Amino acid sequence: MDAGMIWEWIIKSIFLILFMTGGFAYVTLLERRVLARMQVRIGPNRVGKFGLLQPIADAVKLIFKEELIPAGADKLMFIVAPVITVIPALIITGVIPWGTSINLFGREIALSIANVNVGVLYIMAVTSISVYGITLAGWSSNNKYAMFGGLRSTAQMISYELALGLSLVGPILLAGSMNVMDIVQAQKTLPFALLQPAGFIVYFMATLAEINRAPFDMPEAEQELTAGYHTEYSSMKFALFFMAEYIKMIAVAMIGSTMFLGGFQGPFVDQLPWLGPVYLFGKVIVWLFVDIWIRATLPRIRYDKLMALGWKVMYPIALLNVFITGILVVLTTKR
Amino acid sequence: MPPLGVIILYAIIGLVSVGSAVGLLVSRNAIYSALFLVLNFLTVALLYLVLGAPFIALAQITVYAGAIMVLFLFVIMMLGAEKLTESSLRVRGLRVLAVVLGLVFAAEVALFLVVRGGIPAAPAEPALTFGDPAAVGLMLFQQYTLPFEITSVILLAAMVGAIVLTRGDLKDRLARRAALEKKA
Amino acid sequence: MLSNWLYIGIFMVVSLFLPAAAIFIAGLLAPKKPNAIKNATYECGMETVGDSWIQFKAQYYVFALVFLVFDIETVFLFPWAVAYNQMTLFGVLEAIVFILILLGALIYAWRKGALEWH
Repeated sequence: MDAGMIWEWIIKSIFLILFMTGGFAYVTLLERRVLARMQVRIGPNRVGKFGLLQPIADAVKLIFKEELIPAGADKLMFIVAPVITVIPALIITGVIPWGTSINLFGREIALSIANVNVGVLYIMAVTSISVYGITLAGWSSNNKYAMFGGLRSTAQMISYELALGLSLVGPILLAGSMNVMDIVQAQKTLPFALLQPAGFIVYFMATLAEINRAPFDMPEAEQELTAGYHTEYSSMKFALFFMAEYIKMIAVAMIGSTMFLGGFQGPFVDQLPWLGPVYLFGKVIVWLFVDIWIRATLPRIRYDKLMALGWKVMYPIALLNVFITGILVVLTTKR
Repeated sequence: MPPLGVIILYAIIGLVSVGSAVGLLVSRNAIYSALFLVLNFLTVALLYLVLGAPFIALAQITVYAGAIMVLFLFVIMMLGAEKLTESSLRVRGLRVLAVVLGLVFAAEVALFLVVRGGIPAAPAEPALTFGDPAAVGLMLFQQYTLPFEITSVILLAAMVGAIVLTRGDLKDRLARRAALEKKA
Repeated sequence: MLSNWLYIGIFMVVSLFLPAAAIFIAGLLAPKKPNAIKNATYECGMETVGDSWIQFKAQYYVFALVFLVFDIETVFLFPWAVAYNQMTLFGVLEAIVFILILLGALIYAWRKGALEWH
């Protein structure tokens, strides 16, 4: 461990965070353009070519907006809440490998932040922490819409977190390891989505609920809760919630691609290690496109049905999936 | 002796841990108290991590900071008891009891140091496999079977208890909904 | 092993800068002209009545408790899945008993209507 190593990791961290932030900016553009096309509109195309400068214009606009703190709010928590909403969304990607390693400036650089033997549990732990930002945002605003939006969000997130956690047990069983790198290596020939179709679908649906995306965007149901937990937020603090939502979207797409779609694995990745990030990036883009597609297609589901779906359908299916995977692993491996 | 960096790390984590515990006690707003407790759980998880037990550290975060504290927050919000009033703080004898228990604890620490003959020079080095989740799994499911199964029964009891306690409320709501549906 | 956690620590510290910088820059550049009406609680134009920090229904509590029970189960299943290939039949059966007891808990909660949202 030398100072060079520390610098290497600081640079990698900054790179990953800038990538996620930039990703957030352009996913918003992608979403607006794709949604517009699906609804036979054109979408933002005036700022720059194809509207490519639109996210920058949005950012500048948001920076120059006035910050309002409602008179009845708990001021400290009101400011802290957006910060602790963004941070879990960012750090959850720390255990995802982008590739094996590449040689740059005569240095062997591992294409991941960390390679820990409890990687999947790290993902679970960070997910379970990420409810606080939203609960606190709802509570600290001292607004009835925000309060109920925050509470609904939290209840929804914890309900789907169980199915999410159990759907990840399948890949762990197949790979025999909780290390994310091992799980990717185990998918060299066959991505786990093919061996774990039920687990894959449960993961996909649970993450939609976890990040409050359509059709599970109940906490932000405009018609009944105004804007949910961030009703009272404006300017940059609002932007931080928005950012957290989209960064989470990218993060769960990365995790899902890694756990079920083979991560950075693809043809020729052994010979050309820099293809790894490219494959991962491609899979994430497809995943995000499907997210947006679903938003354009499906109507929002009612809150009681949403809770019932989480507890009475998704959780039992995920549990059954673990059972069946366990039995199949016993039958197919020689002892 | 462990390297200096580790000692400094311990000192910082320890200070934050104690500080958050004190904050938990002195803050008048129950939501702030709960958040201090979350911070406390996170620092305890860091201590586990430094001791080379990542599985326990992350389980601590997932279960305590993630699940138990959400439950706490819901209970605090459910009671609407965020702000303690002066009168509710005046439970008679509470402070005396706290002082007595604190003295007992201090005596216990002193006794421990006397019996053990001072602070141990170096903590026992944990086995290399200690941090390995597979080792934890084998230990839980093969070596400590009975305690583990008892855990599941305790969890079951906790859940049954909670449902029984809130059943009156649930029954009311179910009855009201049935009446509404009949009308419609 | 510990160095990997150090890298995650570095990553966390670096990621703290993003929201901090965002709030700081906005604080410098954004206009500040608050008045009583702007700072009023937003309720679609109605004047708000009373505090939002009120007592609400016990349902959330029941969900959080059921969640806690099954969250512990999930966390225990992770090391079980990792050690699965090295386990004897006894260990596998024990996990099944564990799951069945908690499945019983789920069915109990279901039958008693604790999973209904009203």
